[in-house]
Amino acid sequence: MRLFIAFIFKEFKHILRDQRTLFILFGMPIVQIILFGFALTNEVKDSKIVILDQAHDAFSQRLIQRLDASQYFDIERVLYQSDAIHEVFKTGKIKLAVVFPPRFQHELLHTNQASVQLIADASDPNTASTVTMYASAILKDFQDELIAQTPLPYSIKPEIRMLYNPQLKGAYNFVPGVMAMILLLISAMMTSIAIVREKELGTMEVLLVSPVPPLMVIVTKAIPYIFLSLINVTTILLLSVFLLDVPIQGSIVLLIAESLLFILAALALGLFISTITNSQQVAMLASLMVLMLPTLIFSGFMFPIENMPKPMQIISNFIPSKWYFFIVRDVMIKGLGFKSIWKESLILVAMTCVYVGIAWRNYKIRLE
Amino acid sequence: MMKNMDTNTANIVIQARNLTKRFGDFTATDAISFEVYKGEIFGFLGANGAGKTTAMKILIGISKPSAGEAQVAGFDVYTQAELIKKNIGYMSQKFSLYEDLTIRENIRFFGGIYGLSRAELKIKGDALIKKLGLEAEADKLVASLPLGWRQKLSFSIAILHNPQIVFLDEPTGGVDPLTRRQFWDMIYEAAHRGVTIFVTTHYMDEAEYCDRVSIMVDGKIEALASPKKLKEQFHAQSMDEVFHQLARKAKRAE
Repeated sequence: MRLFIAFIFKEFKHILRDQRTLFILFGMPIVQIILFGFALTNEVKDSKIVILDQAHDAFSQRLIQRLDASQYFDIERVLYQSDAIHEVFKTGKIKLAVVFPPRFQHELLHTNQASVQLIADASDPNTASTVTMYASAILKDFQDELIAQTPLPYSIKPEIRMLYNPQLKGAYNFVPGVMAMILLLISAMMTSIAIVREKELGTMEVLLVSPVPPLMVIVTKAIPYIFLSLINVTTILLLSVFLLDVPIQGSIVLLIAESLLFILAALALGLFISTITNSQQVAMLASLMVLMLPTLIFSGFMFPIENMPKPMQIISNFIPSKWYFFIVRDVMIKGLGFKSIWKESLILVAMTCVYVGIAWRNYKIRLE
Repeated sequence: MMKNMDTNTANIVIQARNLTKRFGDFTATDAISFEVYKGEIFGFLGANGAGKTTAMKILIGISKPSAGEAQVAGFDVYTQAELIKKNIGYMSQKFSLYEDLTIRENIRFFGGIYGLSRAELKIKGDALIKKLGLEAEADKLVASLPLGWRQKLSFSIAILHNPQIVFLDEPTGGVDPLTRRQFWDMIYEAAHRGVTIFVTTHYMDEAEYCDRVSIMVDGKIEALASPKKLKEQFHAQSMDEVFHQLARKAKRAE
């Protein structure tokens, strides 16, 4: 037991005396949350637009005022000639042009039909479809108000409620994603690097020649990282609650317990990586390629899994972060209990067992 | 510096008989047999790839032989590897201390691994630091020590728990000649206290310092005697010549 503690103390000293490690451990979660929270958002706000108003009537003026008043758009310029539109798009700053035809109000009132042209810069297709959607909604609102004055024979009005995330905030989606990524990086990458570093330095050999059981060498290397990962879970949760206003709807205890399970899965992966690599660089690359990239692509936090081709959907099932992402989203955002996530939890437990098994077998082969 | 060799069987601390290790079709160590006596400095030589690292790994209990027998410190390599580990010290060719721990922390950590109590560690650690003249540096990181000092510290830590045998795997690689000489003084001193030294080296001048030397070629021991006898046997001026005469026969690529 005294030896056990001595090993853990030693590991903490390694971590605390290495500024690079410290920075990754504690800087990364904060940097990522801030990056995803404020820089890499897919919400479109204050898009710059131009207006080509050939109508100059009361309706077009009212619509322009509405577009300007909305938080999604900033009217950059009002144009008077249609050939100027192509020029303004070339600057790349303008996302949308709204074109009112001549006699807009007149046509609308007399023929019951008028069109407004929306021209978007589709070099960024996501933004283009988002801004056209926002603009259409504003046009639709205006139309509804006009109709309200004259009763229609039939009308279906969709009433939309966005469950769990009424404001459609991106943070609700990426907080679970960032948690999966950070825990994977710290538990798997840092642990594998820490073990491989001892191999590189030759100290691992000395430890294996000593009477200390090999299992203790490995377990004591992992324990500090479990501890640090839990600190990171706490940091991320605090940041998301107080900085990004993402509330924790479900049980915190359940959330922490599931995080611990995922940490163990990641540690097992890290151990596995450390048994197949011999240098810190390779361990780091392997972690990034095998863990980080699939987490970004296949966990569903950046790209919806439902839209992927079938083979990719099947691959995504083997990515542990996908299941953890689901768990965090269900517990934290939807406020669901263990009943709804037992399947995901079981998959993570099974994955952990498999990784530990493979890692342990590899480790033994190395010793032979 | 040569001591009288007592070849009494009671003083055998390492015994290998037809020790063999195969990796698939490749026989790394091919039925080697030798004995090492208490308190002697036994040089274990061979070109790269001759199989000496493989043999050494079996003797220090981290690899199991494919065939043959071996006892180290009276314990069997097949069944008593854990007891062997307790009774030997080891220093690898790679530098084997933690650079980001202080000298005192390294002593405490590695001493603790071999089961030294806190009180023992305090006394022995202080004595060691004093002997090496490192009092002023004791609480500095090992990274700040020059390579030669690290090697001496590494060796001192390897024998801190009074092992019967200490295995040194190319301990002086990359060290300047003067420091190497000082290092060998430490080895002699330990041998005089009865610690058996099992050492591999690339430097043939170091082979001259050994009591007995074995030279491995392609997995087999081709020569085993004192440096003096080997030089007579091969009509050579130095161990370097002896080594090259034997190594020339090697068929294995490095």
